[in-house]
Amino acid sequence: MFFRRFAIFIYAVLILIPLIMVMLTSMKTREETFQNPLGLPEAGINFDNFISIFYEQTMAGYFVNSATVTLFSVTLTLFFASMIAYGITRLNNWKGNSLFGLFSLGMMVPPQVNMVPLYSLVLNLGLTNSLLGLILVNIASTLPVAVFILTGFMKTLPKELFEASTVDGADNWKMYAKVTLPLSLPSLSATAIFLFVMHWNDLLYPLLFITDNAYKTLPLALLDFQGQYSTNYPMLFTGVLIASAPMVIMYIFLQRYFVAGMTSGAVK
Amino acid sequence: MKISKTIYLFFIPGLILYSIFFLYPTFSAVFYSFTNWDGISANFNFVGFENYTKAVTGDSVFVKSVGNNLEFMLFVVIFQTIIALIFAIFLVKNTKVNYMLRALFFFPTILSSVSVAFIWTFVYDPSLGILNQILSLIGLDFLALNWLGNGDIAIYALAFTQVWFHAGQMLIIFVAGLHAIPFDLYEAAKIEGATKWQTFKKITWPLLAPSATIVIAYTTIQSFQAFDLVFAMTGGGPNNTTEILSTYIYEVAFRGYDFGYASAISVIFMCVIALITYLQFKVLRSNRVSY
Repeated sequence: MFFRRFAIFIYAVLILIPLIMVMLTSMKTREETFQNPLGLPEAGINFDNFISIFYEQTMAGYFVNSATVTLFSVTLTLFFASMIAYGITRLNNWKGNSLFGLFSLGMMVPPQVNMVPLYSLVLNLGLTNSLLGLILVNIASTLPVAVFILTGFMKTLPKELFEASTVDGADNWKMYAKVTLPLSLPSLSATAIFLFVMHWNDLLYPLLFITDNAYKTLPLALLDFQGQYSTNYPMLFTGVLIASAPMVIMYIFLQRYFVAGMTSGAVK
Repeated sequence: MKISKTIYLFFIPGLILYSIFFLYPTFSAVFYSFTNWDGISANFNFVGFENYTKAVTGDSVFVKSVGNNLEFMLFVVIFQTIIALIFAIFLVKNTKVNYMLRALFFFPTILSSVSVAFIWTFVYDPSLGILNQILSLIGLDFLALNWLGNGDIAIYALAFTQVWFHAGQMLIIFVAGLHAIPFDLYEAAKIEGATKWQTFKKITWPLLAPSATIVIAYTTIQSFQAFDLVFAMTGGGPNNTTEILSTYIYEVAFRGYDFGYASAISVIFMCVIALITYLQFKVLRSNRVSY
């Protein structure tokens, strides 16, 4: 019993200390970090670094880029994947199964393996330094997981449901949009959260395709700060806080869905 | 029952994007791996298996990065799985406190890998870092090392960061697995006077095998994908001691402009992952039981 409490305490401290340190350091000056890395900020609670990072960087631009790429990638992945999942579920034969197998292939190949040919493809299509390029690549890379989760869910829906609606004269589109989608909401929302976290935090694709500051997303901009600010940790951590804020706020309010979403993504 | 042919239209948008941006590049990696393409010029020659023989026989950095990658993977898979399992058992009951603790341990998962990389670069900083500050505070100065600058330990420092980052996610999968075990099995074991260890060995562990399969397979893939962390924390250094396959591919392609060779490494990388995943499923499947 004592061991258990002690172990939990240690783990909690291990998670919390680095996070508290990020918040404290973001309120310090660079000199302060060198003199007193562990202590409280001399100026108390302040947002000086936040103000200067918005002066020095086009933070708002990065933020808008990240939001645009994430929103379009999540919505379109969900839309296309749910259509495919519906198709596989309805076909329910060898054709459906082979299509399912074809998409599952995408889960076995990590994106890092594809980076070289993908880069030349995107370059040839003239889609480097473009948010559209990022969105298209994002959709293709997360489509397999989304198809996998959504098909798994739709296959548990009762078959009679589809049959009854067909008798009522509903065509495929109506049955997809009016019957299947509303019933799949729990699994759609879990998948959405999983995709949100993945796309918002993605570094690899922006790193490969974006060199122009006007199109950089937050993770890539953050990586650049490392070059500009080097050991200016207060500025780096201010950037970390800004980049993480949307996810953290969502996590606080939608915690239950996050846990469900992030683990349904893992169960692949 | 007859389904309208319009059903095939549902596959079209996804299939087009998937073919262009996933299937085509994946197969063209195999194609380029037999060429000496530099990624820029329009001309290139076929060089047969030259890239592959170079990787296996003539490139010590490649061999090193395979080794590093396996070392990193083993460390993460072993420690992350054990930690996640132990704490899942500790926090299995659905009490208010346990909910909060699970949410806390899960939290790092939602951060971006660049953020996690910055946080831990600071923790490991030889002079400013909180780790060495604490070590010298409690009189363990001799343990205060240059965590990311010392080639002998840097890869473990990175692996520890990866465990910090993702153990909470695996913990949640184990908790779900534990909740799926029928409670009466434990009651029966209690009545028959089984010890805690016997109960774990005979009931919990075998029935947890499906979750363990998922956790181990997912952790393995994740540890091969640790590109972002390594790239942002050490860039593969010092002296390639933390170079893993993905960072090396990036290095060869985008700093050395040897796209043909980088493609060959990608293909090898793909085969290694496929093999490991296959072996794991085989081993873990054979351990499955049902009551």
